Amino acid sequence: MKEIVVLSGKGGTGKTSVLAALAHLGAREQRLVLVDADVDAANLGLVLAPAGLAEHDFVGGKLAKIASDRCTGCGDCLRACRFEAIRAAGKEDGVPRYVVDPLACEGCAACFHRCPAAAISMREQVAGRWFVANTRFGTLVHAHLFAGQENSGKLVMLVKQQARELAREQGADYLLVDGPPGIGCPVIAACSGADLALLVAEPTVAGIHDLERILATTEHFRVRALVCINKSDLNSARSREIERFCADRGVVVVGRVPFDSAVTAAMVQGLTIGEWAEHGPPAADGSAVASELAQMWRKIEPLVPRQTDST
Amino acid sequence: MIVTVASGKGGTGKTTVAVSLALAVATDTVLPGQAPADDPSVVLLDCDVEEPNAHLFLRPSLDLRREVGVLTPVVDETRCTGCRRCAEVCAYHALAVIEGKVLVFAELCHGCGSCSWNCPEEAIREELRPTGLVEVGRAGALGFAQGILNVGEAMAVPVIRQVKKQGAAVVPGGLVVIDAPPGTSCPVVESLRGADYALLVTEPTPFGLHDLRMAVDVARCELGLPVGVVVNRTGVGDEGVDQYCRAERIPVLMRIPLDRRIAEACSDGLPLLEALPEYRQPFRDLYRQICQGVAG
Repeated sequence: MKEIVVLSGKGGTGKTSVLAALAHLGAREQRLVLVDADVDAANLGLVLAPAGLAEHDFVGGKLAKIASDRCTGCGDCLRACRFEAIRAAGKEDGVPRYVVDPLACEGCAACFHRCPAAAISMREQVAGRWFVANTRFGTLVHAHLFAGQENSGKLVMLVKQQARELAREQGADYLLVDGPPGIGCPVIAACSGADLALLVAEPTVAGIHDLERILATTEHFRVRALVCINKSDLNSARSREIERFCADRGVVVVGRVPFDSAVTAAMVQGLTIGEWAEHGPPAADGSAVASELAQMWRKIEPLVPRQTDST
Repeated sequence: MIVTVASGKGGTGKTTVAVSLALAVATDTVLPGQAPADDPSVVLLDCDVEEPNAHLFLRPSLDLRREVGVLTPVVDETRCTGCRRCAEVCAYHALAVIEGKVLVFAELCHGCGSCSWNCPEEAIREELRPTGLVEVGRAGALGFAQGILNVGEAMAVPVIRQVKKQGAAVVPGGLVVIDAPPGTSCPVVESLRGADYALLVTEPTPFGLHDLRMAVDVARCELGLPVGVVVNRTGVGDEGVDQYCRAERIPVLMRIPLDRRIAEACSDGLPLLEALPEYRQPFRDLYRQICQGVAG
């Protein structure tokens, strides 16, 4: 089983559309397991129409809770907290009251340890849900981190771990992971242990800047990267800049996907661009995009490093 | 006043909207032919510290550059008795005691200070472990600050906190426009915390709608902020975003059509207001609507 993660640094470059297209292509001849690792804003399900098999709670970190009947109002918790998560909340019968802001609390327990009245408890929080579902291209493991929660990296690790186990049970050939934007905690979790990262870049100044940072990140974690230039004809000078940058860095550009509004039209219908090109209205067929992606998939397969299976 | 521009989904045009809004208001306060005042009254804070892009459009001059990070423990081995108290109190497993010696896994440390405070021997002091940079400067009439998370670092929030702290000091009492990262988890919450208004940028597609709902959950339901929506690239996609905003009584303050000229200007790092000056007035109007939204 080989694990490919689609990343981009910059958001909105087309990660999910590219991954869905690859899933459509890969599922023709191989067994796939799919992961949506963008747990903040999971969109892969909108294209794959998952039918739920199982649903689980995700227990994230802990949150502090102040028991007002034990609190003496000394204010030590307020002074202990470095995350501005404890606020003074006026007085009750002349005793100062403090409350925890659950969105600011990092669960460090500094207040819990500092409180002389043992009025603070640390409570586990259900911070999201994760799901195993059937799709037309294979099993999908996806998740939903509740609004404003922490520990997105932990949830990404969890869904990836579950997906790897399923992939092994099913004898899958590929685990395809749709990654989150950025370069921080959930991205590091999404690319950890991957055999290959496909970086989807767009030919804009921001796209190039962000490609450099995500490539530095995959290099830092020693994951081999390939680049796909999406909407490559939007700015051909910037596309050439990406080509030169990749050539200098020894990174293979495996795809140059032209802009086509058919990609959006397909998304609105819940179809991959390949399905759209096969079954959609001929007036806006998206076939140039579909055939470039099909070629890209053929180029990617032999470039995935040989499996070392360290997990 | 603090206006945070957020989106849920990435690539919807947050940076374009934030930069345009800040520039439209900053230049509004300067009369034609008059030099900008010494102190800017508007500052743009780029809090997308994982992928900061606003500088590519504003090309600011930078006056200050500071390493920021997390306070992490340093153990004085001459005092440490190997009692394990530090490892017990650490919620992040950033400390372990092996054969009587404390090991620090600095990248797991959130800098809460529990280890040093609880050490019975006072053997732990804290040192700043740099995880990023904060840069402060200005771009013409506009104040500017950004954070840059170091490659390989997981935690964006400590860098975002510092951008907000140092950036807000640039324009006491003025307008602060925050360019937030995509998503809805802790870095976004930190970018929205303390704001007076959340301006949510979306695109009229199923992906845009799905992620807009998440952003509304954070900004309005969790943080209690007034919210307004900018729909970018109208003309593609479907009616879902409009139907949702009507049903939820969320004002759609502005619509920017899908326009190849805008895409091309942005792709070359040209601010929208320079490429298409006819957008200056709509962004000033947007600001007025935001002020009304804040006033309730």
